[in-house]
Parts: sequence; C-alpha cells; structure tokens
Amino acid sequence: MIAQPESLQSDRRGPPQETFVLNLGPQHPAAHGVLRVLMTMDGEWITRAEPVIGYIHRMHEKMGENRSWAKFLPNTSRIDYLSAMHYTHAFVGAVERAAKIEVPPRAEYIRVITSELNRIASHMVWWGALLSDLGGLTPFLYAFDDREMILDLLEGLCGARLTYCYYRFGGLYNDADDDFLRGARAFVKHMPPRLKMYRDLVTDNIILRKRLEKIGPISADMCRKYGATGPVIRGSGVAYDVRKVEPYSVYPKFDFLVPTFPEGDSMARYLVRMAEMEQSLRIIDQALDQIPAGPFQGKVPRVLRVPPGDYCYAVEAARGRFMVRIVSDGKDVPYRVKLRTPSFSNLSLFEEASRGMILPDALALLGSLDLVIPDIDR
Amino acid sequence: MNFLNLEPVRLLLYLVGICGFVGFNAAYLVLAERKIAGRVQRRPGPNEAGVGGWMQPFADVGKLFAKQVMIPPGVDVLLYCAAPLMVMAPPLICLVTVPFGEALVARNINLGLLLVFSLGSINVMALLFGGWASRNKYAVISAARVVSQNVAYEIPMLLVVITILMATGTMDLNEIIRQQAGGFWNWNILKGVWTLTNPLMPVTFVIFFICMLAETNRAPFDMAEAESELVAGAFTEYGGMGFGVFFMAEYTNIVLGCSLATVLFFGGWQSPIGVLSGPIWGPVWFLVKLYALIFMVIWVRWTFPRTQFYGLLNLSWKILIPISLFTLLLSGALITLTRVL
Repeated sequence: MIAQPESLQSDRRGPPQETFVLNLGPQHPAAHGVLRVLMTMDGEWITRAEPVIGYIHRMHEKMGENRSWAKFLPNTSRIDYLSAMHYTHAFVGAVERAAKIEVPPRAEYIRVITSELNRIASHMVWWGALLSDLGGLTPFLYAFDDREMILDLLEGLCGARLTYCYYRFGGLYNDADDDFLRGARAFVKHMPPRLKMYRDLVTDNIILRKRLEKIGPISADMCRKYGATGPVIRGSGVAYDVRKVEPYSVYPKFDFLVPTFPEGDSMARYLVRMAEMEQSLRIIDQALDQIPAGPFQGKVPRVLRVPPGDYCYAVEAARGRFMVRIVSDGKDVPYRVKLRTPSFSNLSLFEEASRGMILPDALALLGSLDLVIPDIDR
Repeated sequence: MNFLNLEPVRLLLYLVGICGFVGFNAAYLVLAERKIAGRVQRRPGPNEAGVGGWMQPFADVGKLFAKQVMIPPGVDVLLYCAAPLMVMAPPLICLVTVPFGEALVARNINLGLLLVFSLGSINVMALLFGGWASRNKYAVISAARVVSQNVAYEIPMLLVVITILMATGTMDLNEIIRQQAGGFWNWNILKGVWTLTNPLMPVTFVIFFICMLAETNRAPFDMAEAESELVAGAFTEYGGMGFGVFFMAEYTNIVLGCSLATVLFFGGWQSPIGVLSGPIWGPVWFLVKLYALIFMVIWVRWTFPRTQFYGLLNLSWKILIPISLFTLLLSGALITLTRVL
C-alpha cells in the first residue's frame, strides 16, 4: 500500500449521503467550449445540474459603452460566432432605428439572403455537433462539407468566414456581385437533395430516434418561464418567431412557414431545425428572385451621433431571439448596450429540465438546446 | 525426428507467431480504421507518414512509448497496473485455439470453444478493475456500465453458441470447420436453412455479431469509452502505454471475435466454392473472411450514433435473449425431429 494524503484518506469513510457530484467541464468533450455543469448524481441519475458560466466572459456590454457606435460593430459578430450575421443585423438595425437612417431595399434583400445562409450554416454545425455528442462522428464531416459552400459564398462577399462584419449602418460593406448571386442560386439547388440524404441517413435512424424521442421534454410553460426562444420554444409547440411576430427588414415580403412541433422533446427541437433549413432555402430562393437593383448603402453622417433615447431591435438568430437595447445620451459613444442573448435563456431551463434524467440523456438534451458558450457569457 | 515437431520449438514458434500477428493487427487495424473512417467521412485519413500513411502505426506507438508512465495519486496501484495486463492476456491466450488453417493452430484443444468463452469474460473484470482503481468518477461509472453490459450480452451470445454446438456436436474449433466443407452452402450460416435443422441461422448470426460488438465495447455499444459522456470512460486516468495496451486489447478482441464468427458461421479455412483448398489456401480464405468481418465492425462504428445505455440493456434482455432462446428451442426440436425421422 502506498501512503495516501490526508485528504484522500478522509473520504474513505464514504460520503454522508448517497449522491456524489460529477464535475462536467469546463473541459469536457460534450461541453462545446468552456461550459461547466456541476451535476449532483444519484448513480447515473441526475438529481440536480447546476451550470457554471462565465469562463469566457469578455465584457461585450461594457465594451459597448466605451467605443463609438461603429467601433462596437465587429464585437457583435464575436458574441455568437456561429450566427454572426444576425447579431450584426440586430446592432445595425438598432442604430438605424435610433438615428433614423434609411436603408436601400437592395441592401435589405442581401441582408436577408446572407442572414438565412448564415442560419443554415449555423444549423449545420449544431447538427454535426449534436450527432457527435451522441457518438456518431460522421455526420459532422458531411455537414461541414455543405457548410463550406456557404462559408465560401460569404467569404466572397466580405472576406470573413466566420465573424462577419458585413452589415454597416445604412447598408452593407460591399455589393453582392454576380458570383455571389449565382453561387447562392446553385446552393439553393444543391441543398434539398442533401437534406433528403440527411433525413434518410440520420433522422430516420432508429438509434437516433431512440436517443432523442421522449428525451428531455420541455413544456411551453417552462420555455416562457425561462424566456427560451428560437427552435427550443418552437419545439414545444409555440410558433414564436421574431421574423413573424416583430417583423424586421424585408421579411414580411416572403412566404415562409414557422415550423413547430408540439412534443417538446429533443426530437421536436431536432426536427424544427431540420425544417427551418428548408424554410431558409425558400426565403433565399424568393429573395434572389425579387432582389432589386440600386444602391447598397444609404446616407450616413461621417460622425454618427444617435439622438438621446432608449431603442430596441430584435432579430431571429439561429438560436432564438437576439435583442440589442441601446441607450444613447446623444454622444458618439453609447451610454449603455444591453445584449439579450438566446443561449443564456435556453441554458437556464437546463437545470429544471434535466432533473431526474440519466447522464447520456441529459447530454442529448444539452446538445438539442444548441448552446454557443460565448453567447451565454458575452 | 522433425525439429519443428519438438514441443519447445513449436511452443516458441507459436508464441512468436501469435504475438507478431496480434501486434501487426493491433497496429495496422488502427490505421485501417482511420483510413476507413476517412473514406466514410470524405477525407483522406492519415497520409503524411509514409506512402498512404503506412508508417503511421510506428509514429503512434513511438509516441505512446515515449510518454511517461504516470500513476495518479490515490489510485489502487496494484489493480491500476494489473488491469492493462489482464485486459491483454485473455485474447492472446484465446488465439491459441483459433485454427487459421487445418494445420495452422497453436493448440488443438477439444474444448477450444469453452476456453475462449471462459477466458473472454476476464476482459470485463479487467475493465472493472481499471475503472475502479483509477479513482475517477467517470471511470467508476464506466466500469459499472461495462459490467452490466457484458453480463447482459454474454447470455444471448452463449445461447447462440449453444445453438451452434447442438448442430455441430463438438467444441473443437477445427472439427467445427471440417463439418462445413464443400462450399459456402455448407457453412453453418446457410446449412441450417436448407437442411431445416435451424432455418433461423442467419438471425442467429446477426445476434452473435451484435453481441460481439457489445462484448468488445465497440460503437454503437461503446459504453466503456463513450467519449462524449464519460471523457474516456474506464481509461480516463491511463496514459502512455497503459492506454495503448487497452487500445491494443480492443483490437485483439475484435480479431478474436471475428475469428470466432468466421469459425462458427463462415466455415473458417474452408473455400467458399470447394476448390482452391489446402494448406496454403486455407489460411488465405480464413484471413479474407476475418478481414471482411472486421471491415463490417469498423463500418458500423463510423455509421451509427451510440445507443443509450438503458436502450442497450433493453435490447439484450427484451429482444436478443428471447429470440436466441427461441432459436435454441427451435433448433433443438428440429434436430431431434430429424434424428427421429
């Protein structure tokens, strides 16, 4: 026998109660970043799961208070790096609403196209990551293959592949050239057969269905209680989509459905996102048909000063409702920037939803919430 | 007297031979797995070390050997160190009874099948020891899972083997193969169908294959490792060659399991068409069948997500055990019937 330190010997007597604490993360393969969950376990059953957040808190809100309106713009794309377009859109939209800047219609159409492309790319990452959480590593590579086409398209527009800063106050950084429009059309054609293949190979797989169906049910009431939005609340049967209930940009001009599934289990959230990709393709298709010619940038003063006041702008990001609230005191720097991020609310319900689940199911639930950790921590 | 027939020489030759075979397989099956995974996932796989990555196993093993063997504080040193040995030794011993060709068998034991299954169960104990001794919560959870998983899957597997035994009437692996001579329709997987001794033999093979995946802790039943849940399961606290040995044992177990499937269902070293048999072609046929099965094992891993743990146990207790019991009953009844008639 080797000599053991005092601390190790002491708990040889056994824990005072039957439960133990399992520390999941901050470096855990299923945490997708630096999320830490303290799980009080009774065997393999979770009695309480407490998320510990803040490992990559970067003070984005505070940063908003000490730099000019335009200089904060690149920050927004770093909050949720997977749906950067939506986040920039919300900030740009808030400032445009506050300073009453006109945006030319062509710019709005291109914003919608790029936002929806970004949504598909984000859902692809979620899809691959969820499947790799469930132990199937192959779909990840397939998803990234298709996502690559989107990234190439968006790179052609603004040079960035992930943290785009493409939208500017009153318009865009760059006009969409013919290459992009042709590429987007090709992508809209390319994607439906791929989605069918995903359905045949993965969605209909019996192991996947057993892993997700009836696992982690979340009621619509629980969603409301914690402020969960996006595919999470739509997977609980509530047709809440910012694009429909608080229409922004040119979304009212397009015909698209808000997919909802009433079951509230992980499979419902899975199916919502798969259906959303199809709807996004429909929106892109219509936008490409209707896109008008014209300028891509409206008139914006050289030094932007936002009139004093309190302004909001919400968008439907890939994970749910992202809202920017800005308070201005008339200077060239915001007085306060409040970021309402969807992942934060979606994670909040994990504690209640995971009670009484076993560990692999809880991780399937965590995967179905589609969390981006920087989006939680900001 | 032939020098090669001397007992010590024979022993040494087979010892070296089996170690070489196992070492080669463990090293190159890892490469094959990574190459096939790459192929499945539309990427090239390892291709930097040597042409087509053939040097990759040397790089991997070199890296593992270069790592310091660490014993974390607080572990049960004896069990912690013994577990990798215990996981590696049983499949090595079991390979002694596997006939690669009619004459190419280290020890022709007339209870070979029994030996394989009795030693095969030690594998579970090794994982339990390793997980328990590691003093890590993930490892302990994994160890508990491995035990219940292996208990659940040992039963249908043994029921399947009894079904085969009733048809063959012997536990001598070489004798089982000899009975399957003449062509692929005489292999056990098909023989029962047209001789009506056990028309459900293909189903029996599927059960055997599923159980083999579960027994070797391979995806989609890799509860012991379950990297997205339990980090690395029972091996979480192992590093360097300690981990390497667990890894090698996994592949050795796959080789052993697929060898058994080849012997029991696919006629071992028998030629599928009746010609091209003999001491040279026998081992060739055996290896072809063996690697085809191993390919299936790898293919399954990279296609399916992992099953949920309780789903896994339900599959065994509620589906596989009743079906295998039924086939056992059916085959017993039919064999008796054909004897009476």
